[in-house]
Amino acid sequence: MLNYLLAGVGGQGTVLASRIIAQCAMNSGMAARTAETIGMAQRGGSVLSHVRIGEGIQSPLVPLGSADVLMGFEPGEAVRSFGYLKEGGKVVVSSMAVKPVTDSLSSTDYDPEKMLRYLKAKAKEVIVVDGSAVCEKMGTSKVLNLALLGAAIESGVLDFSRQQVEQVIREKIPPRFTSLNLRALDVGADCIVR
Amino acid sequence: MALELLMGNQAIALGAIRAGVQVVCGYPGTPSTEVLETIAQKKCEDLYVEWSVNEKSAMEIAAGAAYAGKRSLVTMKQMGLNVASDPLMCLSYVGVKAGMVVLVADDPGPISSQTEQDTRYYGGYSKVPVFDPSSPAEAYRMIGDAFDFSEKHGLPVLLRPTTRVCHACESIEVDGERNLHLQEGFVKDKKWVIFPRLSYQAHLGIGKREALMQKELSCYEGNRIEESGESRGKGIAAGGISYAYVKDALTQLDTGARLLKISTPYPFPEQKALEFLKDLKEVLVVEELDPVIERELIFLCGKYHLPVTIKGKLTGHTAQAGENSVDLIKGQLGEFLGKQTGAVKEEGDLPALPERPPTLCAGCPHRASFYAVKKAMSGKKAVFCGDIGCYTLGNAQPLDMVDTCLCMGAGLTMAQGIRRAQPDTTVFGFIGDSTFFHTGISGILDAVYNKTSMVAVILDNSTTAMTGHQPHPGTGVTMMGVDSQPVSIPAVLKGLGVKHIQVVDPLELDQAIEAVKRAASEEEVSAIVFKSPCIAIAASGKRRQVDRDVCTGCRLCIKELGCPALVKDGDKVGIDRNLCYGCGLCEKVCPFHAIGGEGGC
Repeated sequence: MLNYLLAGVGGQGTVLASRIIAQCAMNSGMAARTAETIGMAQRGGSVLSHVRIGEGIQSPLVPLGSADVLMGFEPGEAVRSFGYLKEGGKVVVSSMAVKPVTDSLSSTDYDPEKMLRYLKAKAKEVIVVDGSAVCEKMGTSKVLNLALLGAAIESGVLDFSRQQVEQVIREKIPPRFTSLNLRALDVGADCIVR
Repeated sequence: MALELLMGNQAIALGAIRAGVQVVCGYPGTPSTEVLETIAQKKCEDLYVEWSVNEKSAMEIAAGAAYAGKRSLVTMKQMGLNVASDPLMCLSYVGVKAGMVVLVADDPGPISSQTEQDTRYYGGYSKVPVFDPSSPAEAYRMIGDAFDFSEKHGLPVLLRPTTRVCHACESIEVDGERNLHLQEGFVKDKKWVIFPRLSYQAHLGIGKREALMQKELSCYEGNRIEESGESRGKGIAAGGISYAYVKDALTQLDTGARLLKISTPYPFPEQKALEFLKDLKEVLVVEELDPVIERELIFLCGKYHLPVTIKGKLTGHTAQAGENSVDLIKGQLGEFLGKQTGAVKEEGDLPALPERPPTLCAGCPHRASFYAVKKAMSGKKAVFCGDIGCYTLGNAQPLDMVDTCLCMGAGLTMAQGIRRAQPDTTVFGFIGDSTFFHTGISGILDAVYNKTSMVAVILDNSTTAMTGHQPHPGTGVTMMGVDSQPVSIPAVLKGLGVKHIQVVDPLELDQAIEAVKRAASEEEVSAIVFKSPCIAIAASGKRRQVDRDVCTGCRLCIKELGCPALVKDGDKVGIDRNLCYGCGLCEKVCPFHAIGGEGGC
C-alpha cells in the first residue's frame, strides 16, 4: 500500500499531479484511488489531493500519519499537512512561498524558511525544490506540479520511473502541452537544492 | 472491458450513457458539475444535453422527456433541489413513463455549499426512492439500477452521491456499452394532468407502493449484511462514503463486525434491516449529514419492540456535523467495539501558519467592482447584499463588501426587504451573470413592480466562474455546441422596466465610481452592469511592477484591494509575477504612482 498526499494552494495543479501518479500505478497493474479539493478552495485556498495505491483500500482519503510521501507545493502548506506523513515518510517541497492575503494584511511576516527548517527537523528525508528557479526557467508557475514530480523521480522518492510518468503525460494530457510538461520534469530535477 | 481511472462524476456519466439516457439537463453546482460535462464531452448520438437556466427548469425538461418515453437525467447540487423541489413533489404523484434519475450531490463539510442539507430526507419527504453509492465504481453500476428501478415503478429516482464519491477517482472497469430503451413517444392521457381528485387517489397508492418497494429493496444487492468475525451482540450500520470509511477502519483495527450497508435510505429496506438487528444488543450507525439510517433503525426497534440500543448522532456517539474520515470513525468504532485504536500521531509543535481562506483571484474584475462601490458609497448609509458565486468572496478583508449572502438570487430581493424596513438606507444587490439568469430576473421584477428603490449590480464576467466556467444564456454557447443568440442583460433589464441602466467596465475605476454615484442617487430601481471577463477566460494584461525608488511602503494598495499578487517586500510592496494578471487596479490606487507596467513605469 502506498499513500501520497499533495498539499498546495488552489490553482497550483495538485489535481493533475495526483492523477498522473494514480495513472502510473494503474499502468503498473495496481489499483488506485484519489480524492481532490474541488470548489471554493480552488480560489487560492489550501487544497489537498490524496492518492492511495494498492489492493484492499476502500476509501479515497489518506488517514493521518499514513502518507509515504508528502508533496508540498508550498512550504507552509506542507507544514499544515505534516500530520499526514507517516513515521519515516519522505517530503518533496517547493521552497517558494505563495503569500496569502491574510499575511499581507497582517503585521507579522510569514517566513517560508522557518517552514522548511521545521520540515527538515521533523522528517527523515526532505527534498527541497527551488520553486522560484523553476518558475524563472519555465517562464510560468503553472508547471510547478510537473517540476515537483520530476524532482521526486530524480531523488527516488516517487515509486515510478521517469519513463512511466512520461508515458502518462503522452497518453493522458493534450499533446500541445507534452513538451512543456516533459521539460518541467527535467527542470524540477535540476532545481533540487543540494 | 477497459480499466480507467475515473472520477465519481465521470463514472456516473458513463453509467448513465450505458443505461441509455437520452435527455440530460442540469445546473452547475459543486460537487455535481462534472456529470453533465462528461456526458456532453462524449457527444453520443441520440443524446441531448443542456445547461438549463436553473434546476427547476432542468427538472421539468427532464420530466417532459421521461413522459415522452426517453430516459432522462437531471443533475444539480443539494441546494439546487430546493429550487427544483416543486416539480419533484408533484412528479412523485404523477409519475413518469421512461426512467428518470435525479442526480443530487450532497456536500458534507460543507466544503463548497451553504448548508449540510441531506437529500436522503428529500426522498422520504417527496416519497421518491433514493440510491446512495459508496464509491465511484458502485456509482457507475448504481445509476443503471436507478434507471431500471425508475422505469419499473414509473417514478423518478434520486441518486445521491456525496463529495467524496463525486470527486474521488477510482480504477473502474468500463465496457463502453450503450443500451437504449426505446419506447413510444408522448401518449395523451388524463394521468399527466395533476388535479386534487387524482392526487387523493395517488396518495392512497403511495403507502402501498412504499411497502412493495421496501420488500424489493430488501433483496437489492446494495443493501446487504456483511459478517466478519463474531458480532458479540454488536452491529454497525453505514451508508454512502461512510461505509468505505468503516471498512478501512475495521481493517486498521484488525477486527470484524456485523455490518449493514444501506444503499437505499428511502424506501428503507425493512426486512433486510430486521435480519441485521436479529440477536443484536447495540448498533452504531455511521453516516454523514442527518441521522437518517439511525432514525429508521430506532423506528424499527419501536415498531417491532426490539431490545436494541441504537447509537449515533442522536446519542452523541458520532459527530453531529462535518465530514467523516477513517481517523474519526476508527476512534468511534474502537470505543464501540472495545478495541485499542493506537496512538494518533500528534504534531503539537507546528510553527504558526497564516490562514489561507479562498480569495478573489489576482486580476478578478469583481475586486474592481466591489472597490468602486465601496469608494462611491464611502461615508454613506448603505447595505450590500451579496449572492452565490465567486463574488461571495467579496466578503473577505479588506474589501468587506458582502453584508448578506443566503441563497441563489437572494441578494436582489433581501436588499428590498432591508430597504422597506429601513428607508433611509441605500441598498445594493450584487449578482453574477449566471445567477442573474438563474433566479435574479424575478427579483428585479419585484423591485420594479413594487417601486422599491435599490441598486442592482450585475457582475457580468461572461461565464459561470465558480463551478468551472460553464456557458449560460448570456454567452451564446450551448452544451450541444450550437451557437445561440446571446441574451443581453441590459435588454432584459430594460424589458423588466428598469429605467436607469449603465454598462461599465469596472477596471475603468473613475468611470465605475461615477456610475455608482449616479445609480445611488436615483429614487427608483437602477442597475449597473459591470462587464469584464473572468481572468480564466481572458488574456492577461501587461503585468505590473513596483518602482522601489518611488514606493513609500504605505501599503495602501494592499490595504485597499487585498489582491493576492500584492505582497510585502521588506519595507516596500512587491508584485508576485506568477499571480499578476495585469488588471492595473493597483496602479490606479497607488497615490505615489509607484506602480506601472513591466518594462517601464
